[in-house]
Amino acid sequence: MTVRIVVVSHSEKIADGAVELAAQMAPDVVILAAGGTPDGRIGTSLEKVMSALDKAAGGDGVVVLTDLGSAVMTAESALELADDPAGVLLADAPLVEGAVAAAVAAQGGADAQAVKRAAEAAYGSALSAGAAPVPSESTVSEGSVTGAGPDFTGDFELINQAGMHARPAAKIAGGISALDAEVKVNGVDGASMTGLMTLAAGKGSVLHVEAWGADAERAVNYVGGLVQAGFGEP
Amino acid sequence: MMLDVNWAIRWLTLCAEAMAENRVWLIELDRAIGDSDHGENMDRGFQAVLDKLAEAPPETPGAAFKLTAMTLMSKVGGAAGPLYGTAFLRASTFLGDAAEVDPAALAGALVAARDGIVARGKAESGDKTMVDAWTPAAEAAQAAAAVGTGNVLEVLVAAAEAAEAGAMATDPLVARKGRASYLGERSAGHRDPGAASSALILRAAVGAAA
Repeated sequence: MTVRIVVVSHSEKIADGAVELAAQMAPDVVILAAGGTPDGRIGTSLEKVMSALDKAAGGDGVVVLTDLGSAVMTAESALELADDPAGVLLADAPLVEGAVAAAVAAQGGADAQAVKRAAEAAYGSALSAGAAPVPSESTVSEGSVTGAGPDFTGDFELINQAGMHARPAAKIAGGISALDAEVKVNGVDGASMTGLMTLAAGKGSVLHVEAWGADAERAVNYVGGLVQAGFGEP
Repeated sequence: MMLDVNWAIRWLTLCAEAMAENRVWLIELDRAIGDSDHGENMDRGFQAVLDKLAEAPPETPGAAFKLTAMTLMSKVGGAAGPLYGTAFLRASTFLGDAAEVDPAALAGALVAARDGIVARGKAESGDKTMVDAWTPAAEAAQAAAAVGTGNVLEVLVAAAEAAEAGAMATDPLVARKGRASYLGERSAGHRDPGAASSALILRAAVGAAA
């Protein structure tokens, strides 16, 4: 069972397109579109959103991605009327990048909070591509000591031809989202697919992985394993 | 007189008439500082409310407002849908299944509606939004109810007049919320369409009781 995702957009085509794109990265995740109005206009509709939330219920929680103003308000209204609002989280994230990052995290087995966090991590990297990210407070596990060195580190050379493109980034971010660890890869948040892509690391580049927290060792080994296997690519 | 479900249905019917009559005016207000769909959306939304009322006539004012809330949130499409929807929903929750509404309950329902709009839209007085009509309306209703003559019509008139004054007072403001805020200083000199439609809605409530 995985966390399910609902995409709310003013445009039916945008919602359907974002779902289509995210689903490519996450074949086992239920991702539902709630775009436009029931009569096919631009806008958002409580009816459509509630129907999608109904269909998404019964899994391990639901994370909702939205676009502009009234999409947020309609999603909030739906939560006000929902039978189980506690099982639904609204992510404050860019719609497309957030939906892809959320889907990848859900595919990796992350819980609803971690899926929401993965979506929101896409926001930071979209705003400050290449800059050193500030680790979000919620991802810092209690055992980590700020200012001290990481609990585990590793250096891995990319051997696949295409380097760090979307699918490898999705695999790394998705797996890390499911772990109890704060991970940086060459200074960017390892749970952020878009952050990893901004590294633009080609074949032969070395990824420096630093990890803090209970699953720090597993996180470093996870990234190392993927890199050394070339992400299953030539 | 007391306000009952027949008043609520007359009110919603007069809202639908007011939105149809003022559709073009609201579109023009919204064209100046928004995306020019407010009149269209409000007209469509309240026509849908009329259909729902005819389909399954509600038995209490609270039930009428709940039905209105759900319909507006599903059919309007733009930001006015969740905003007015939340207003009617909170008023419905406040009134519960009471068959009649006295002045104190009426004022309480209008305050609950205003609080719902503020919570949903995260706007404050002076942001050039419908809050600028609803806050003076809710406060005037509370003041009129507190005088204690027991006349619901006085409370409705006080609310409607305060909403109209509040809507007119948005003319010189610079928008800080919603699509009009993208225009910055250029939003000054135009009435906020949401405040204008709010005043129409509260004026219709008077007509339904008169």
